[in-house]
Amino acid sequence: METKSTLTKSSDTKKSVRIIGAEAVVKCLLAEGKTLGYGYPGGAIMPVYDELYKYQDQFHHVLTRHEQGAIHAAQGHARVTGDVGIVFATSGPGATNLVTGIADAQIDSTPLVCITGQVASHLLGTDAFQETDIVGISTPVTKWNYQITKASEIPAVFAKAFYIARSGRPGPVLIDITKDAQLESFDFSYEKCTSVRSYRPVPHYDMEKVTAAAKMINAAKKPFIVFGQGVILGAAEQEFKAVIEKADIPSASTALGLSAINSAHPLNVGMVGMHGHYAPNKLTNECDVLIAIGMRFDDRVTGDLARYATQAKVIHFEIDPSEIDKNVPTDIAVLGNVKETLTELLPLLDANTHDAWKNEFKRLRDIEENEVIHAQLNPTKEGLTMGEVLKGINKESKGDAVVVSDVGQHQMFACRYADFKKTRSNVTSGGLGTMGFALPAAIGAKLGAPEREVVAIIGDGGYQMTCNELGTILQTKAAVKIVVLNNGYLGMVRQWQELFFDKRYASTEMVSPDFIKLAGAYDIEAVRVSKREDLPAAIEKMMASDQAFFLEVIIEKEDNIFPMIPTGSSVSEVRLK
Amino acid sequence: MEEKQKFTVSVYTENNIGLLNRISAIFLKRHINIESLTVSKSEIEDVHRFTIAAYMSEKGIKKIIGQIEKQIEVIRAFYHTDDEIIFQETAMFKISTAHLYDEKIQNKLKLRRAHMVTINERYFVIETTGTTEDINRLYDRLKPYGLLQFVRSGRIAITREKMAISELLQEFKD
Repeated sequence: METKSTLTKSSDTKKSVRIIGAEAVVKCLLAEGKTLGYGYPGGAIMPVYDELYKYQDQFHHVLTRHEQGAIHAAQGHARVTGDVGIVFATSGPGATNLVTGIADAQIDSTPLVCITGQVASHLLGTDAFQETDIVGISTPVTKWNYQITKASEIPAVFAKAFYIARSGRPGPVLIDITKDAQLESFDFSYEKCTSVRSYRPVPHYDMEKVTAAAKMINAAKKPFIVFGQGVILGAAEQEFKAVIEKADIPSASTALGLSAINSAHPLNVGMVGMHGHYAPNKLTNECDVLIAIGMRFDDRVTGDLARYATQAKVIHFEIDPSEIDKNVPTDIAVLGNVKETLTELLPLLDANTHDAWKNEFKRLRDIEENEVIHAQLNPTKEGLTMGEVLKGINKESKGDAVVVSDVGQHQMFACRYADFKKTRSNVTSGGLGTMGFALPAAIGAKLGAPEREVVAIIGDGGYQMTCNELGTILQTKAAVKIVVLNNGYLGMVRQWQELFFDKRYASTEMVSPDFIKLAGAYDIEAVRVSKREDLPAAIEKMMASDQAFFLEVIIEKEDNIFPMIPTGSSVSEVRLK
Repeated sequence: MEEKQKFTVSVYTENNIGLLNRISAIFLKRHINIESLTVSKSEIEDVHRFTIAAYMSEKGIKKIIGQIEKQIEVIRAFYHTDDEIIFQETAMFKISTAHLYDEKIQNKLKLRRAHMVTINERYFVIETTGTTEDINRLYDRLKPYGLLQFVRSGRIAITREKMAISELLQEFKD
């Protein structure tokens, strides 16, 4: 046997019942505790939809307006809830429309189970109507995938899929089910998967490595932590906070690590990376021990690797062994779930203070405040800035909102300026940089965590990639707050054209429809702001609404996001203008 | 730029559809050409073994091994240089029977420990086993006689040292 399993507690799954494959699919989802999924029906998945119809009092299916919307919604759902997002799509175009979201989930470690219909097994390989090799296509971007051709495979494959998607470093799994397997009757019983012999989700941690790491941290004069989403995925926020507080270590987040600790925590020195904060980028190249926790040294974080923290000893706390030494060579690699390894680390750390070193961060923070941040948040020029919009949202949300950002300048403004008080509050497409992500992801975030305020920050470009999902809002009444920061450009590309292509604005100026009318067509209350004095009231109105709300802010056309580390530069060459 | 050399990768896996695709995709993603690839059963029941040869830097091969081992149905992956393994390839040559009694060809075959697989009035087929270089040499020598067909297998390799795989699988059973 390749997998081990246990019977679920649910009494109806213990004894076997004779049902068709499609019903088994729904029963598997229920047995895994799933009651909400996103999708779009079509020919090859119709038997499953027929069962979803029968089970609608137990499982809620959200119809999106495109399969890409379904998968991004499932990603948003997974990111705020911490559990697997469920996606349904039909064969062929339905399945291929998922690919961007699957790749996004893979690179950002988001747990998903994607269920695609497939043509009947006797038609496989015949170029049948809506046949596509989705298993082949999705192989490089899934954690695992599998094609089911017999109904009897369904329970074990679903159990394995959920186990794989959730465990270790999470990721997307795709199950492709031929139509005949959906219709075939078999004796169903469900057992949860507890292990797969070839798969070790969490490597055993080595106490010697933890001890060595503690010793190195205790001896450090200028220790610096860069933390990533691993802290959130490992539910290690408390352990992480205890570690940094005891050892008094300035800590900076990656884009995906944001919200793992309070933005206002005195040891939170901001975000690293291309548009991160000045101090943590600069001081990466001055620390004596760099402690990476649940992050993967993405190129947007490191800049030129040959000039990245070469003076420092590097300790890497990481669950995925293939990340060790992938980009940055480590001195001590502590494998394992950071929740466990940080728990072991804490008692070995000396209670410490690093006041002089922390003052370095403060000094550089002040420079950035004076040269960049102040002008963003308190602008005196006529055009509105993205920064002041974020400031206005912070004032109303008090840092309690989930901020879902799309991709581009506004995303970096959101990451830099949004206040986060609670974990799992920053949802953005980090690794893949998928424009069009935010609106559907925000819908999934809101439906996944209805008790939370969800604000989507989107550019005029990305908004038009998936604004068809306003239809999903209309149908589900998901109370998402949509903020489009409209500068009439694909702003990030335009900024690069300005800085590196002599202002040749090739295809970045964008003509948009009347977004207010568009929102109106979907019965969503909408406000456009183009004057500074109107902004606070508009944001207040939006945040006070208990329904979906659309706010368009006309932004200064050629504003830039700074600081910036140009491609190929070192982190210490971060530019303030 | 670190120098590239030939590495042989041994991957122990479950015997599942699609795994070949998954493993080759990792090479594709890094723009590495696979020199040869052989899939067979292994010394362990139900466990398959991929033997892949590729030119890479050692840094590069280490990362590839990490990516391969990360795949759910891969049990373990190892990489070796040529001096750490005993390796062989097999080749077959199909030649017109008109050349069969050519004395030179007979000598060449003896020299290379090639042996006759089949013979009829139109052609004969010989087979040899050796390193890539051995086979290349025989190829060059037989080419003048007009090769009706030529085919060579991927590299297969056994390590000189023990592989830590059997113990690992035992652990799973316990």
